[in-house]
Amino acid sequence: MITHDQVAVGDALPVLSYDVTSTTVVLGALASRDWRPMHHDHHFAVERQGVKDIFLNSPNQGAWLERFVTDWTGPKGRIGRLRFKMRKPIFPADTMVIEGVVREVGIDDAGCGWVELDLTIRVGDVTCTESEAKVAVPTSPDDNPWQRRGDDWRP
Amino acid sequence: MSALPTDVEALIGVLQYEEAGEFPVERGYFWTSAASVENANPILWDDAVAEEITGGPIAPLSLLSAWFRPHHWAPGRTVEKLPLQIHFDLKARFELPEAIMTENVTTFHEPVRPGDTITSAQRLVSVSEEQTRRLGTGRFWVIDVEYRNQHAELCGVERWTGFGYRRDTPKDTP
Repeated sequence: MITHDQVAVGDALPVLSYDVTSTTVVLGALASRDWRPMHHDHHFAVERQGVKDIFLNSPNQGAWLERFVTDWTGPKGRIGRLRFKMRKPIFPADTMVIEGVVREVGIDDAGCGWVELDLTIRVGDVTCTESEAKVAVPTSPDDNPWQRRGDDWRP
Repeated sequence: MSALPTDVEALIGVLQYEEAGEFPVERGYFWTSAASVENANPILWDDAVAEEITGGPIAPLSLLSAWFRPHHWAPGRTVEKLPLQIHFDLKARFELPEAIMTENVTTFHEPVRPGDTITSAQRLVSVSEEQTRRLGTGRFWVIDVEYRNQHAELCGVERWTGFGYRRDTPKDTP
């Protein structure tokens, strides 16, 4: 578990590399209750959507990014905001690589410690998804961002 | 630059499709979601850790939109019910047969817990002029979805950017 004082601008998060399969795509879509055919039907994806295969759906990309961030923060890390922009689809047989770096560190007026991250998901040299995350981390070993509610939580 | 059709312009900023999810939040989805990305975060798997840190089990935050996605089929339903209905309304209104989501920004507030009933509501934020991109010619639109639990507490707000398009035929492409 990290605490706010252990984080500095420019810190790199541990890289996550994952070999995507058709199962990854279909499982991710169904786990998020996304029944749209471009995430499970190869022919629909190719013939209707004009892409080369089924591809990771949006909520599952969010799930990968959530995992990537909380792998680093530990369980007390609480994501307040997550943005991601999908520039290229991620297909079966791609090896996706998720990387992140700390862009900003601060404490808000309510005393919550925040870390802002720039994240990317790339396949080879191609950036498929650009992302930003704002995650609350404990300011001390006794602090717990999950206990914040109402005006004390300002994501 | 042409203005938006008045019927579309009139919908911008209007809260639409406020409705409760079709089922109470179910913990099985928490594990399926975590398994789909091999997320070992103990607050998702270990009840004692969840109790200590989050006051009990909570859903993966990124699963927020799952709670308003309708069943693929239900008794008596003759037409497929679609999530993010405004997105599909715009596809139909502009006669754009294909669409993809290009950007998502989610702000997370109260965590979602097993047994919660999540109500969602959608709001059209903007629609672009028609433009041509790699996939085809169409429009971008931005839609907000607000999620509240049975106590009317805000659980999160998703902002989706979609691109509805028609694939350009060779004769359309110089």
